[in-house]
Amino acid sequence: MPDQSSFTRRGFLKGLAGACALGATGALVGCGGSPSDPSSGGGSAADGGATSGATHKVEMVTDTGGVNDQSFNQISWSGLQQLQRDEGWTISYLESKQESDYVTNLDKAVDDDAELIWAIGFAMAKAVGNAAKANPDVQFGIIDNANPTDAPNITGVQFRAQESSFVVGYIAACVSKTGMVGNVLGVESDVMLQFELGYKAGVAYANKDKGLNVQCESQYAESFGDAAKGSSITQRMVSDGCDVVFQAAGGTGVGVINACKDAGIYAIGADMDQSYLAEGTVLTSALKEVDVAIVDVSKRLLSGELKGGTNITLGLSDGAVGIPEDYSLMGEDVYNDALAVEGLIKSGDIVPPATSDDYDKFIASL
Amino acid sequence: MNTTAIKVLRKPIASAIIAILIGFLVAAVVLASAGYDPGASFAALFSGMVGRPRYVVNVIIKATPLLLCGVAVAFAFKVGLFNIGAEGQYILGTIAATVVGITCDLPPVLEIPLVVLSGTIAGVLSGALVGWLKAKFGIHEVITSIMFNWISLYLCNYVVSLDVFHQPNTTGTYPVHGSAFTMILPNWKLSDEGQAALANLPVLRDVLVRCDVNVGIIVAVVVAVLIGWLLRRTKVGYEMRAVGLNKDAARFAGINVEGNVVLCMVISGALCGLAGALNITGISPHGISTLAAFENNGFNGLSVAFIAGCSPVGCIPASLLFAGLIYGGQTVQQVMGAPSEIISIMIGTIVFCMALGGVVPMLAERIRRSRAERVERARELAAKTGATPASPAGEGDAPKAVDAADAGAPAAEAPSGAAEPNGSNEKKGADGDAR
Repeated sequence: MPDQSSFTRRGFLKGLAGACALGATGALVGCGGSPSDPSSGGGSAADGGATSGATHKVEMVTDTGGVNDQSFNQISWSGLQQLQRDEGWTISYLESKQESDYVTNLDKAVDDDAELIWAIGFAMAKAVGNAAKANPDVQFGIIDNANPTDAPNITGVQFRAQESSFVVGYIAACVSKTGMVGNVLGVESDVMLQFELGYKAGVAYANKDKGLNVQCESQYAESFGDAAKGSSITQRMVSDGCDVVFQAAGGTGVGVINACKDAGIYAIGADMDQSYLAEGTVLTSALKEVDVAIVDVSKRLLSGELKGGTNITLGLSDGAVGIPEDYSLMGEDVYNDALAVEGLIKSGDIVPPATSDDYDKFIASL
Repeated sequence: MNTTAIKVLRKPIASAIIAILIGFLVAAVVLASAGYDPGASFAALFSGMVGRPRYVVNVIIKATPLLLCGVAVAFAFKVGLFNIGAEGQYILGTIAATVVGITCDLPPVLEIPLVVLSGTIAGVLSGALVGWLKAKFGIHEVITSIMFNWISLYLCNYVVSLDVFHQPNTTGTYPVHGSAFTMILPNWKLSDEGQAALANLPVLRDVLVRCDVNVGIIVAVVVAVLIGWLLRRTKVGYEMRAVGLNKDAARFAGINVEGNVVLCMVISGALCGLAGALNITGISPHGISTLAAFENNGFNGLSVAFIAGCSPVGCIPASLLFAGLIYGGQTVQQVMGAPSEIISIMIGTIVFCMALGGVVPMLAERIRRSRAERVERARELAAKTGATPASPAGEGDAPKAVDAADAGAPAAEAPSGAAEPNGSNEKKGADGDAR
């Protein structure tokens, strides 16, 4: 059928013309565009924060959650924005849509002459390891993961989330009237274990400290994005008698907080102060201030005060984890006791456990 | 001069160029109204696409799955089937390739074919089931294959959560064994001698070391050409096209309609599965991970197929264009700080206008016809009033010019006649896409 063959040829020509025209338009636009914008990909227009003088260029690559994830990536970006505001640094971000974007996005950040590139989340560990190897003169930082290789240009930033979890566990036990508290977690990993064990240890410490007998149950939702599942787990915990539930499950946790609101019990948030999600329901939150860490580590790395290749673990004493100042729901007494516990953790008198072995030792020592 | 303009407009290349230009114009308006300088944005887009040899290579790498899925969709469409399940078949391909690639560790000669074949077979099984349901029970392939997309997505998440495959402290599985990798010289390029050899070839070094250059695109192009050949030059392809054009006529002519429907879905599924498998073996992270949403390799394949007017070979430039927009779009975000929503709107606008490209030759044809009618009427009028020499000189000129155009028309008629079904096909494609 002759029409079919020309059909195909036409399709090809059309596509080809498309590609050509695109190239041509590109050239035109390239010429007509702002001359200050080098076409080598080293564009520096960024967020308009360019100030003269010796500024630094910091970029971040999000994981597949995107920059508006109401969580991790968003807090990180606000940290970079703070650097732009206060220091006049040039900042930018790249969102990853697929796991395979990690490599190419890190690569583009390198091409953009960024001095420091932040990779947000442990999912990017491998990609950062490779990028650091290929670009020894660029500094990389990764959140929630240790330096995945021995590269001298990666800084791993981790949080002692067990410390803030310990404090909120203590608060939960003090506030609970039924003697049962719950904990909903995301997908099993070392980071999740910090939350789980820290919380349990905090409850156990309150039991001993105050002569209580509060039980703690915890469950993994096996997902960071399943609000419905978080909600149903919480409902079961409520029927078991829990009256405070701590969520450390990302998007799943939104369902936890909603279910707590419906059941009229307290919820405890994670990562950021989540009281805005349900006024009067969110007792407190186990803060993980990624922005504070990013600002602090970026400054230290780029001023030369800190050398790459290290692992930084930030906790209460660094102001990188903690609880919000609002104590209207728990009352002043509990809040002051919680502050006292914070003090003991800062001074090293209490070491909240982050592994199963440490947890057993901690319970035995009580 | 006007007639040449019309003739030019009727050429498919012209319509494609105009469509793209309009697409960029509309996208410029969108960008400007969102507060981003369109000139600088497009400059960033193109520098991110072709600014460095490495970027071109990355565009090609990203185009590989789009090309295979695009060919799969285009092929099915030629047989009258709308394979919206390309996404799911792609995911099944990645799952099977990952599972086999992790569990088996054979020498590359055996491992690579085994892994790639297992991904392909996963796609085949899914496609075959959809095709069989269509052929046997008349259950529409759109509904079954859409549902298969979700089944595949959650199957993927389930497989990731299994202890055997799940890599602790990540959201994904272990990578497949190194023997399954299909990159070009994966070990040599990182070895000391490889680095030494590449030290004097900065461009090659840049491309080889910093990209996952793999053989996928070669496979994809060969497949696209093969599918084009299969459709046009073979008995099977002839039968399939007959089924696609008119099922009843095909059946009357003694063609096995049901068999061809199943075979078509088998091939279409195989191509998507192959795309998935090649992505696992070809690019990092060489494994699957928990999906919160579709990664859109299959759905973008739909767009690629319809940009190319459902021509398998036309999918080659179309997939490169699409991949370029996606990959370059990330530079717009980086340089301009534009949110990814704006960039998606920009890409969508450009592709939308490209899909409207078929309108241009139709408009040109209409203008030509109405002009011819007017001339015809003038001629009739002249005949009625008799051969009055009073007709103005200008009017006398016009028919002459049109005569010339008409003389040229028969020659131009054939391609335009052939082009018309294409135009209507595209419209159908756009409709189907919207659905």
